[in-house]
Amino acid sequence: MISLSQVTKRYPGGYEALRGVSLTVESGEMAFITGHSGAGKSTLLKVMAAIERPSSGSVIVNGQNVGSLRARAVPFLRRNFGLIFQDQKLLFDRSAFDNVMLPLSVIGFDRREAARRARAALDKVGLLAREKANPVSLSGGEQQRLAIARAVVHRPAILIADEPTGNLDSVYAAEIGELFRSFNQVGVTVVIATHDMAFAARLKPRLIALDAGKLSA
Amino acid sequence: MKAWLWQHRDALATTIARLGRTPVATLLNLGVIGAALALPVGLYVTLDNLREFTRSLASDPQLSVFLALDAGKAAVEKTRARLSQHPGVRDARFVPRDQALKELKASTGLGDVVDSLPQNPLPDAFVVLPRERAPEALEKLRDDIAGWPGVTHVQLDTAWARRLEAGLKVARLAVGLLTTLFAFALVAVTFNTIRLQILTRREEIEVSKLIGATDGFIRRPFLYFGALQGLAGGIAAWAIVWVGVQLLNGALAELAVLYDARFALKPLGSGDSLSLLVFAAGLGWFGAWLSVSQHLARIEPR
Repeated sequence: MISLSQVTKRYPGGYEALRGVSLTVESGEMAFITGHSGAGKSTLLKVMAAIERPSSGSVIVNGQNVGSLRARAVPFLRRNFGLIFQDQKLLFDRSAFDNVMLPLSVIGFDRREAARRARAALDKVGLLAREKANPVSLSGGEQQRLAIARAVVHRPAILIADEPTGNLDSVYAAEIGELFRSFNQVGVTVVIATHDMAFAARLKPRLIALDAGKLSA
Repeated sequence: MKAWLWQHRDALATTIARLGRTPVATLLNLGVIGAALALPVGLYVTLDNLREFTRSLASDPQLSVFLALDAGKAAVEKTRARLSQHPGVRDARFVPRDQALKELKASTGLGDVVDSLPQNPLPDAFVVLPRERAPEALEKLRDDIAGWPGVTHVQLDTAWARRLEAGLKVARLAVGLLTTLFAFALVAVTFNTIRLQILTRREEIEVSKLIGATDGFIRRPFLYFGALQGLAGGIAAWAIVWVGVQLLNGALAELAVLYDARFALKPLGSGDSLSLLVFAAGLGWFGAWLSVSQHLARIEPR
């Protein structure tokens, strides 16, 4: 599903976030990328999701080489992913419901079908009753669940999350871990970067440890 | 196809909602665009009316051939014969001096003045319709006839109309220049409006790109916005000119009563109105397109 070989990412200024990383995430797998902050976890996720291009090496997603993809094809590749960002990137100028509608309008769903799917996604994360609320008025845990609803609403094959339990206490973190497990159980490939080892241990996923931009056994 | 239509409808709805969400800014923008377009459009309407006016006056060039005041019947008959044989003359109509005086009395409302004259000051005259309309031919014909005995003066009636026509040509050039300048202003206004919008919607654009939005999807609402704003500005300009024409017509009506004549300005015709709206919308779209292609590329999600 996602295959990296000898991937190096060098940022302008010479800082190397990734150094010769090779790994493969199979379809339907659940993998956690662990490591200290600054180990290159976020960069690895961005390279996997075609947000960053590798400086050298190759990234292959669904059989497509991200490095040689034409700019016009990138949006269509990105639709394979559901992304959950560290800073969530919710839009505060619209309701929770409209936040979840965004990916569907980007893809071009029929409005009625889109509304049905958006409500189903909100229901899945337990926010259906708050669909009209502005994200500002939601708690930290609710905002995170809203971000998850937005990431899964178009039923992506791959779910990628960066520190999804970042600021949450362990009860919320457990709930969110269960959500990811349930998506994985219906066949979604899940890749999560976290430094929360307790969170990682509970789900018993495959662990990919990063240290200073390299895989560490 | 249905999804594609839905996306366009959605973009249009979002755009209209955005215009409505900032009513003051929207109205001010429309005011600027409307006023900027109203200037050249107003001048164009004025010119159009003037051209219509001169055409009605000088549709057919005429020569007025005035005979001497003391010319007798024989001189009249002789001139009539020479005119009918001249190859450059299509038709010649005799206007006897008594009839000329009667017409003057009837048409100008100067009856009292005419009545108070001790004698008829008008000479016998011929109104000559030439066969050719070219200025050179007309001038040659005038010089020919002016040399005949008994003829005191030949008036070529198109000279002033031609001068006016030349003046109008200069004015039309001015309209063209003004239009270019104000078209530029419209593009600039739209460019800046869209730039501000892109800056304030930066987050939404970033997220949309991350989610897999194509450039076309992101660009669409901004292009619609530019075109709609241009269109609304065009409508504003049209309304400004229409109100201006109505106001001027009110004043002109008074003037016309004083001169015992009838003239009224015509507003912009339907074809020209449509061109104005299409032109304004097109310029707005173009300004938005310029702005979007300048600023959107710089927003790459990290």
